[in-house]
Amino acid sequence: MAVGNGAVDLSAAEARRLLDAGELSAVELTEAHLARIEAIDGDLHAYLHVMAEVARRQALAADARIAAGHAAPMTGIPVALKDVLCTTDAPTTAASRILDGYRSPYDATVVARLRDQGAVFLGKANTDEFAMGSSTENSAFGVSRNPWDRDRVPGGSSGGPAAAVAAGTATIGLGSDTGGSIRQPAGFCGVVGLKPTYGRVSRFGLLAFASSLDQIGPFTRSVEDAAIALGAIAGHDRYDSTSAAIPVPDYRAAMTRDLRGTRIGVAEEYGIGGMEGMEPGVQLAIEAAVRRLAELGAEIVPVSLPHTRYALPTYYITAPAEASANLARYDGVKYGLAVEAPTLLETYERTRGQGFGAEVKRRIMLGTYALSSGYYDAYYVKAQKVRTLIKRDFDDAFARVDAIVAPTSPTTAFRIGARTDDPYQMYLSDVFTIPANMAGIPGIALPCGFADGLPVSLQILGRAFDEATVLRVADAYERSEPWAGMRPPLGREVG
Amino acid sequence: MESGGGDRFEMVIGLEVHAQLLTHSKMYCGCAARYADAAPNSHVCAVCAGLPGALPVMNRAAVEFCILTGLALGAEIPGFCKLDRKNYVYPDLPKGYQISQYDLPLCIGGALEFASEGAPKRAGITRVHIEEDTGRLVHRAGAPGDEVSLVDLNRSGVPLMEIVGEPDLRSPAEAADYLVALRQTLRYVGASTGNMEEGAFRCDANVSVRERGAPLGAKVEVKNMNSFRAVERALRFEEERQRAVLAEGGSIAQETRGWVEASGVTVSQRTKEQAHDYRYFPEPDLPPLTISAEMVAEIRDRLPELPGARRDRFASRYGLDAKEIETLTAEREVADVFEAVVGPDGTAEAARRAANWIVNDVMGLQRARGLPPEQLPINAAQLRDLLDAVAAGELSARAAKEVLPRIADGELPRAAAGRLNLLALDDEEVVRSAVTDALAASPSAVADFRAGKKAAMGRLIGETMKRTGGRAKPEQVRMLLEEALTES
Repeated sequence: MAVGNGAVDLSAAEARRLLDAGELSAVELTEAHLARIEAIDGDLHAYLHVMAEVARRQALAADARIAAGHAAPMTGIPVALKDVLCTTDAPTTAASRILDGYRSPYDATVVARLRDQGAVFLGKANTDEFAMGSSTENSAFGVSRNPWDRDRVPGGSSGGPAAAVAAGTATIGLGSDTGGSIRQPAGFCGVVGLKPTYGRVSRFGLLAFASSLDQIGPFTRSVEDAAIALGAIAGHDRYDSTSAAIPVPDYRAAMTRDLRGTRIGVAEEYGIGGMEGMEPGVQLAIEAAVRRLAELGAEIVPVSLPHTRYALPTYYITAPAEASANLARYDGVKYGLAVEAPTLLETYERTRGQGFGAEVKRRIMLGTYALSSGYYDAYYVKAQKVRTLIKRDFDDAFARVDAIVAPTSPTTAFRIGARTDDPYQMYLSDVFTIPANMAGIPGIALPCGFADGLPVSLQILGRAFDEATVLRVADAYERSEPWAGMRPPLGREVG
Repeated sequence: MESGGGDRFEMVIGLEVHAQLLTHSKMYCGCAARYADAAPNSHVCAVCAGLPGALPVMNRAAVEFCILTGLALGAEIPGFCKLDRKNYVYPDLPKGYQISQYDLPLCIGGALEFASEGAPKRAGITRVHIEEDTGRLVHRAGAPGDEVSLVDLNRSGVPLMEIVGEPDLRSPAEAADYLVALRQTLRYVGASTGNMEEGAFRCDANVSVRERGAPLGAKVEVKNMNSFRAVERALRFEEERQRAVLAEGGSIAQETRGWVEASGVTVSQRTKEQAHDYRYFPEPDLPPLTISAEMVAEIRDRLPELPGARRDRFASRYGLDAKEIETLTAEREVADVFEAVVGPDGTAEAARRAANWIVNDVMGLQRARGLPPEQLPINAAQLRDLLDAVAAGELSARAAKEVLPRIADGELPRAAAGRLNLLALDDEEVVRSAVTDALAASPSAVADFRAGKKAAMGRLIGETMKRTGGRAKPEQVRMLLEEALTES
């Protein structure tokens, strides 16, 4: 374990201060990151595509903008973009062979907003194929490694940006979270990961996995940075009808560091007090975090979320059902991989047969089945009803508390290959994160200690569109503990 | 037309009509919705091409047109409706699903009133909902194995409305009359051009034949009918086919059949077992639509007088005959011109004259010039001027007909008539001299007249008119002739 102090270890807030003070240039900051990517990403494999030339151009422009006194919060800040976000100046593949080499003619709204702010794009980061997975082992282009232990997964699906932010190859990462795909890898990699409220951030230009669950959010090395990044990407977008026309508050101003009077719920269903499959080290760290929140003045309130245990099965009907439709467009006719065959049907079959990996095919089949005539009511409709019950659980709980704390994942990062033969074990990795997606509420994952040298992560959930409270609680906790300053050893042994 | 079973059997038809909506932009993106003369794939963006990451945004005008149509058909507009994905795979459907409406459409119920074979009919409407059009495939011939199909996405995402009719129609002729009336309603409210040849108005039919009084027979869906005539022909064919099968004791299979225009038959396309499972589910990219009572009221205010009401009013207000009314009200714009010419206080006589002119002369010129049915060659003010000039005796009816095309080209009636030397002769001396000439040239007619054959006056008037190029006023000619004949 090391405590970093180089340019690649700066938080976005620290970098902002140095950039604006003229003590650091965006070019220097960018070059430091590109050099570190060059040095360690061959092994780490956080990136699928490094945008060195784009980054250098953007860095120069950022320095000019800073010099002119027009810096925005993200001007000159190096960012890793999960490769499900459309970019005009780099391929967008969703880590799938079916989109190998695909170039989007337009930028995702979040990408455009960061571009407008003058951010620096370091590259497109690895993911499980089409964001389906919990380890990046489903990437068609190879697994990413966990910076804390290169034999372990970084989590997933947004393992690439999580690993990059943890390893100092990006200051901020953008990922997407459908069932935990930001929070779980943030937890495994010991960084902060924020899934905003469904509708808080535009999904336009995000390659859809499950449209009613997907949400884009940041990976950062501090809660304050998460507030900065969210502020830069949040807000209504006329190109996404599901994005909410609700004003975006000043998240940083909301972080008062004061938890007195804040009621924090602890749900028995979230394994606190013991549950099968929960690692003791995770259990201990979470219990300690709850005690710390109480010491900080929060009122700890037991709450019940009785339908939590149905969240996972409900998710594995809803998400694949939507995915089965969302992925129908990849047919080899318009873009991406096309394996030509004598007939149209065979062209479809070969293109999709060769283009999609096993997990994507599994979910397309699950979803197609769940929507089929004769099964639709028993599966899809039933799942939507349960989803309503899960949402109601949270509504009831949030009538009594301001935030709910839980583990992010029942375990720390597992070994590469340990769960690839058992999809269900892999799915269980998201058991604590899925309910927030089903309910559409915001959740943040942040470091709360270590177990056997691996990061443990605390999850804080809040009311819909109340990211401010989530960030306030997380920030207060973070400032009371040393975890945010911890950096993984990867790449530091040399040089 | 009846064969193989005679009157034992009865045909039951329900029509599903897809009409393109007259919006400026497509259903879920800003691309232009009018693609008629556009180069292939020139009205395409990330959304209507179904590119990764693109999301739909609802076109409000399309929703309003659909509600307007529903209101015109007397449908109920629920306060809540949603969009659904209809999943199927085809190269002209870039997302692999069509955004349509499944169980909660924009408009529910209603009916279309129309006339068929002189009798008033009423056919129920099940629902009206919105959906998006697909792209088009263009098949290129080539050497065997070298044929290609090209995809044109200009039409992809163009707003459509589907009007599902109840199985209330009983004959191919009735189905055709229903279609004509439905199309007329859509044109009246301005929701669609209803142009079948251009594909803006498409019809599928659900057809079954049953023994009278028996429950409904197996439903055959007939597709690929590209004109009103094709619908009627296809339905006649299908009626004969099903009657023949039933008369021989056979049974009809539930299936989808396609009309083949060239050979005049329907052929099986899909059996029941091959039917698609569209796996409908709610479209997660579009929030459900909340339709407020205020919005419905506001749209209801935009409803014009509908064809049926207008026909009734034309009959009671102007006393025109049914055939004339039919012609005048076929297009809202033509009926509007008629009413503007007659004016608010117009007499029945003025209405008859205006109707006569529009139906015969103006529409004759319209046809001659190949104008679309809603576009008359002259406007109401021009026609009114012309009729006023005739009424004032400045222009003979014949002269008026002659200047009509000039007026259509923008000339004023009197100016055109003057230029063509068609204005009525006001100079009595000129007419008097023509009378003198005519009398001199027609001694036998003069003799006949004097012998008491009053009919000879007609010949003398004709002779005089000929000498004035038809410009003399016939009454004046008669008067001067009588004067001259009495004098001498």
